[in-house]
Amino acid sequence: MESYILELLEKGKRIDGRKLDEFRRIEIKENVVSKAEGSASVKIGETHVMAGVKLELGAPFPDSPNEGILVVNAEFTPLASPEFEPGPPGEDEIELARVVDRGIRESECIELEKLCIQPGEKVWCIFVDISVLNHHGNLLDASALASFIALKNTRIPKVEDGKMVRGEYQGILPVVHTPITVSVAKIGKNLLVDTNFEEEKIVESKVCVTTREDGKICAVQKQGSGYISFEELEEILDLSFEKAKEIRKMVE
Amino acid sequence: MNGKRIDGREANEMRKVEVKLDVISRADGSAEFAFGKTRALACVYGPKALYPKHLQEYEKGILRCRYSMAPYSVDERKPPAPDRRSIELSKVIRLALEPAIFLEDYPKTGIDVYIEITEADGSTRVTAINAASLALALAGIPMRDLVCACSVGKIDNTLVVDLNGKEDNFSEADVVFAMMPSKGKITLLQMDGVLTREEFNKLIEMAKQNCYKIYEIQKNALKEKYKVSE
Repeated sequence: MESYILELLEKGKRIDGRKLDEFRRIEIKENVVSKAEGSASVKIGETHVMAGVKLELGAPFPDSPNEGILVVNAEFTPLASPEFEPGPPGEDEIELARVVDRGIRESECIELEKLCIQPGEKVWCIFVDISVLNHHGNLLDASALASFIALKNTRIPKVEDGKMVRGEYQGILPVVHTPITVSVAKIGKNLLVDTNFEEEKIVESKVCVTTREDGKICAVQKQGSGYISFEELEEILDLSFEKAKEIRKMVE
Repeated sequence: MNGKRIDGREANEMRKVEVKLDVISRADGSAEFAFGKTRALACVYGPKALYPKHLQEYEKGILRCRYSMAPYSVDERKPPAPDRRSIELSKVIRLALEPAIFLEDYPKTGIDVYIEITEADGSTRVTAINAASLALALAGIPMRDLVCACSVGKIDNTLVVDLNGKEDNFSEADVVFAMMPSKGKITLLQMDGVLTREEFNKLIEMAKQNCYKIYEIQKNALKEKYKVSE
């Protein structure tokens, strides 16, 4: 399989017939879980990720008494792949959750200061939980997209006498930017987007770039045990900006 | 920031670098690296037979890294168990070092890199990488190049090199970067914050130039050790 993938890449082709810079079909469903304050299901080809948002009232961090709290967590459910096993989160899950977290947080897409109820005492805590349900490559892009869409349709519950009333809502979460994460992988001299499961086995390095609609970069993470050159980095940025634009059209 | 930074540095000036080699006698290789107050101790054990056996790979050795912050290294005591941050950093540090090592020469073995941050004042992961790179070299492990790392960022609309703890907290964006200088290859790249493409490119260039400086420091430290006395 490996040599077949490489052979095809030489000719600018991929095993599933796509171009190097072509995504698989992206399928987005919103509000898929009625109990969650916000939710989304994203399929990129066969890869399937679900994200749910739950809101709780809690105390803010001492260094940001006027801001809501964002917590992102990811689970590679054992359903998704024979390689995944039940148990505490491994380093890949932790890394994925933290990269998604940074993309959302650093893009300032949620106005956290609007989620303060009583400064220093009570704020909204936003819990984003990502479940990977079918692993067919490119989990990060799918997870980031699912999380963002779930946040975008998150409703804020009513608060009465300082307590939350579940099931009754006062408004929607203030989301003001559209951060999109696109990972560009390197195999040999080739740069490709949206790698599938087979391709990911031979990816040397990958750069995940989160960009905003105003052309700003808000998070970058290099993955994989290979290296990249400065010229490749430029190409990777170009490619991720271009692809993010296409995906953004689907969600706006 | 009136042209100067809180600790009096220029924008493209890194903190005082201190390097000590062979700081742990039991290790196969060890080094301490400091950017100002941030101090990392790294040591290398291996290549050695890897157990449990199912971890062994038949075509190459594996590299394992543990990044850990001492509980007393920060303002508020950090519980000693690895937190999510340490787990992620251990992974990215491993991936930053791996491209430099000829792991294919050591099938079925493991190389362990242990890093302890004894004092943290910003830029700990890059300090850790610099220490680990030297420790690997001292352990006699064949490498394509040393790995040099530094942080850069944007504070108050100014682009700066080597963020200290306070700067890190107030920065608009920061980038951590590692490369193999003689090859010009990037092995670690993480960024968060909000940057334009131009700013990002400028920061990468600053980081690159600074890594060349660190490269000289690392090389000089190694040359000093292996100098033939006359």
